[in-house]
Amino acid sequence: MIESKLKVATCSLCGCFGCHMSLLDLDERLFDLAEKIEFDRSPLTDIKELGECDIGIIEGGIANVENVHTLLEFRARCKVLIAMGACAISGGVPAMRNQYELKDCLEESYTRGTGLVDAQIPNDPEIPLLLDQVHPIHEVVKIDYFLPGCPPSADAIWTFVSQLLAGQPITLPYTQIHYD
Amino acid sequence: MSEESTFTLDGRKVPFRDGQTIMAAALAAGVYIPHLCFNPEFPPHGSCRVCLVKVNGRMQASCTAPAMAGQVVQSETEEIREIRRGILQMLFVEGNHVCPACEKSGACQLQAVAYYVGMLAPHYTHFYPRRPVDASHPDALLDFNRCILCELCVRASRDVDGKNVFAVQGRGIKAHLVVNTPSGKLGATDFSLSDKAAQVCPTGTILSKHSGYEIPIGQRLYDRKPINVVGDVAALAVSKGGRRHD
Ligand code: SF4
Ligand code: FES
Repeated sequence: MIESKLKVATCSLCGCFGCHMSLLDLDERLFDLAEKIEFDRSPLTDIKELGECDIGIIEGGIANVENVHTLLEFRARCKVLIAMGACAISGGVPAMRNQYELKDCLEESYTRGTGLVDAQIPNDPEIPLLLDQVHPIHEVVKIDYFLPGCPPSADAIWTFVSQLLAGQPITLPYTQIHYD
Repeated sequence: MSEESTFTLDGRKVPFRDGQTIMAAALAAGVYIPHLCFNPEFPPHGSCRVCLVKVNGRMQASCTAPAMAGQVVQSETEEIREIRRGILQMLFVEGNHVCPACEKSGACQLQAVAYYVGMLAPHYTHFYPRRPVDASHPDALLDFNRCILCELCVRASRDVDGKNVFAVQGRGIKAHLVVNTPSGKLGATDFSLSDKAAQVCPTGTILSKHSGYEIPIGQRLYDRKPINVVGDVAALAVSKGGRRHD
């Protein structure tokens, strides 16, 4: 019997929330999951402060300074840290901007777009500073498990989480390993 | 079959003809050994090293190692899988293999072999090299980000098509694929989609235009079944989800 529920935190760094949507695609299996875990900080709970957790699940790579801080905090507070999805694992689609200078990307979006009035690159102090390149999270902190997919299917997430919670080694069936 | 003309591969007896490589004999016997730069229609190249096996205790590329009587060959051991995974991981971080944004995803041999060896993440630090895309040809697109330098297109264009459209230039980490024209543009060559060179790329580097996503993601060659079961994309007819023109 599990006496106290495992604490799980999740976050989306430079991702599209697709992985979190896939997590919600667990549908009724979410009830089974809720028997065993309790969400801490997560877009699903809207808890802002990260507590001490058993498992942290990260969607998205790092693209700005805030992403890096969040990632370091997750690593410090979570016993087990999981990279979920293509962006967390390899930078994914956002990392395609690494082909260009950051300045060129910003200018293309904010000063060369069509129909712009008083075009300027946003510079509010509240906006986290962008990194010059997008990187996967294993290049910054130690990652314990990787779950590929863009996004990983709900079935893949279910296999992964079930095996992890049961303390078993992770063995995904062939059809659940995808990079796309 | 006489004792002289077989070797064992993971404990199974495999017959071979004189001059055959371990890879060719295994393929003929229906035993899959992962490979990328090897295509049975061309002489072996021995560059990707994914096909490595242990022959009498020594690591060798099975696509170039000649088969010899009585050899004890190991392929599907955890030690070799681990090394193959490492090679795949290095190939992934050296280029820009953004599977979610690639038209070849699901029918890509690089991806399929990575699935086969159980690669979950690229592990190493990404290089994010800056490489161009060449869209100058009316029917074909060249995305150099995905090239793994297997030289199959080089070999096919030179030896089968007689056009010599592609070449590899530079050495070591600077080695890269080029198009053999003064402008370096594919549009300036007589390359055509019916060329053999258009059908052999194991990655999504050479793609045909005007036909993207005809087979939806999820229903492609390697989406349901692994490469050891379905075979190489270059060896299968277009009607079977491959890229070989009939
Ligand atoms: S373009 Fe494709 S076939 Fe040609 S060398 Fe690169 S990976 Fe090989
Ligand atoms: S398949 Fe043998 S080295 Fe590439």
